[in-house]
Amino acid sequence: MTGVGVKQNARWGYYVTGTALAILFLFPLVWSAFASVRTDTGFGLENYDRLFNSANGVEFRHVLNSVIVSALTVGGTLFIATLGGYAFGRFKFPGRDVLFLLTLAILMVPYATILIALYVLLGRLGLEDSLIGLSLVLITFQLPFSVFMMRNSFEAVPVELEESAKVDGCTSVGTLVRIMLPAVRPGLVTVGLFAFLTSWSEFFAPLILLNSTDKFTTTLAVVNLRTASHGSIDYAALEAGVVFMAVPCLVLFAAMQRSYVRGFTSGAVKG
Amino acid sequence: MSTTTTSRPTVRDTPPRQTTPRTGRRLRALVGAAYAAPTAVMVGLFFLVPLALVVWMSLNRWPLLGKPKFNAPANYSGIPEDELLRSAAWFTVKYTVIITVLLFVVAFGLALLVQHRRPGVGFFRTAFFLPMAVGFASASLLFLGFLSDEIGPVTDLLSWLGLVDGYVSWTSGSPDSALASAVLLVLWRFAGFTMLILLTGLHAIPPDVYEAARVDGANRWQTFGRITLPLMRPTIALVLTLMTTGSLLAFDQFWILTRGGPDNSTTSLVMVIYREAFVRLDLGSAAGISVVLLAALLVFNAIQFRVLRRRSS
Repeated sequence: MTGVGVKQNARWGYYVTGTALAILFLFPLVWSAFASVRTDTGFGLENYDRLFNSANGVEFRHVLNSVIVSALTVGGTLFIATLGGYAFGRFKFPGRDVLFLLTLAILMVPYATILIALYVLLGRLGLEDSLIGLSLVLITFQLPFSVFMMRNSFEAVPVELEESAKVDGCTSVGTLVRIMLPAVRPGLVTVGLFAFLTSWSEFFAPLILLNSTDKFTTTLAVVNLRTASHGSIDYAALEAGVVFMAVPCLVLFAAMQRSYVRGFTSGAVKG
Repeated sequence: MSTTTTSRPTVRDTPPRQTTPRTGRRLRALVGAAYAAPTAVMVGLFFLVPLALVVWMSLNRWPLLGKPKFNAPANYSGIPEDELLRSAAWFTVKYTVIITVLLFVVAFGLALLVQHRRPGVGFFRTAFFLPMAVGFASASLLFLGFLSDEIGPVTDLLSWLGLVDGYVSWTSGSPDSALASAVLLVLWRFAGFTMLILLTGLHAIPPDVYEAARVDGANRWQTFGRITLPLMRPTIALVLTLMTTGSLLAFDQFWILTRGGPDNSTTSLVMVIYREAFVRLDLGSAAGISVVLLAALLVFNAIQFRVLRRRSS
């Protein structure tokens, strides 16, 4: 076989393998969208109707709770990780390295093992069964990745940019807001998107930290449909719940994919 | 840690010109500490305090409702005889080994497939990564329906191919099929994510190393074994740590997909902790198991780091 022939075969192999695998990975997603609108008689939104209107289904309240928790978590994570990343990336102060290592250590101590203590602690702080308490916990476990990411982003900004702002009489906070933040946008987008994806679909932390059904997030309410059903499970309504939960994530992911992957890869390569 | 730090080490310490060097430096340190304060508060309050608290709780009889009372080491002494805990520990380790091997092989294969820029590679990368956008609990529910007999396509497809005959309950029929269901779900959900991390490692290898190997006449397997794998070691270590830690703490997939069954055969360690705390209402005993699990993870990570450091030096 000639060299060109080998090359062509390799290209064929690449496309056949890639396409087959892509179909395998996409199939469950496409199937669940299909299953969520399939009914006994054809297609319709009856499964969604049962999802939102059955006795222990998803209520507006649950969706609102998820939106509140996600907004608090994304906002809080961005605020704390930006300040922290700026401090770690641009300043020298006593205890800096210890604090940075402690922040990264959160990754090494998986939160499932300390969530019982967090349950007790939030109770003592008057934050039991509260969306704010849940958000604070979610922010904390978002911090290692986020602070690391923001530190790398700030380090990559040329120092001259910051210095010229100072010469022009910008205050420290002014420099951060007007000069630095626009420069670290890919990092901010990545951190925000990650925080949203995690908080929107987190299951274990709300399961432990939220008790009353009117505080439930959408994830808990959808899983509750499965748990509450002894005997036969309403699979079609569950798939409607899956699609309802996944759509915001997929839309955001598609809209921000460029900065997301760029932020992710640049952060990881440098580490 | 990064190239920018090493190339410009002095700049960050340079004080602003309008003040004397020492007060300027001190002021700048103060400003930096102020920016780091929120991080310090969060790490202290919601990480270090609960870490200490879980140890303290494990030394007490700590009912969900009612007053705690010191009772060490009662929460630990029962652990060796706990039948469910023992089977859960064994199952969790078994699951971790299976997932780590399979996920690593699949993700590495995917990363090698899409490592070069070619037409269509963006689509493939996105397709493999897309399941990550579905939350893990949602993905577990998705597979609950996907693998079900009632609406799922899997049984129909396999019986059409003549591989199975009639009714098959994948998620609850037998311990093996329940485990296989969870493994399939985790592979689907996390392969693309793991691929992305491995991809960054692949891209960090300088192209001229491959160039030199080609000039020396190395074949594809030699290049992979002698260049790609050794140079990927830090990335591989990161991926293995993430995978083992994640699998040892498995919860969502078993809680939702298999409910720990059949006959507790897929009950993981974290499920046992949850049951102790919120079904048997004994937080102290749950804390005891947590501390043992935490200690095991620390030892495991320490060993992994030591092995890694020895190899890379």
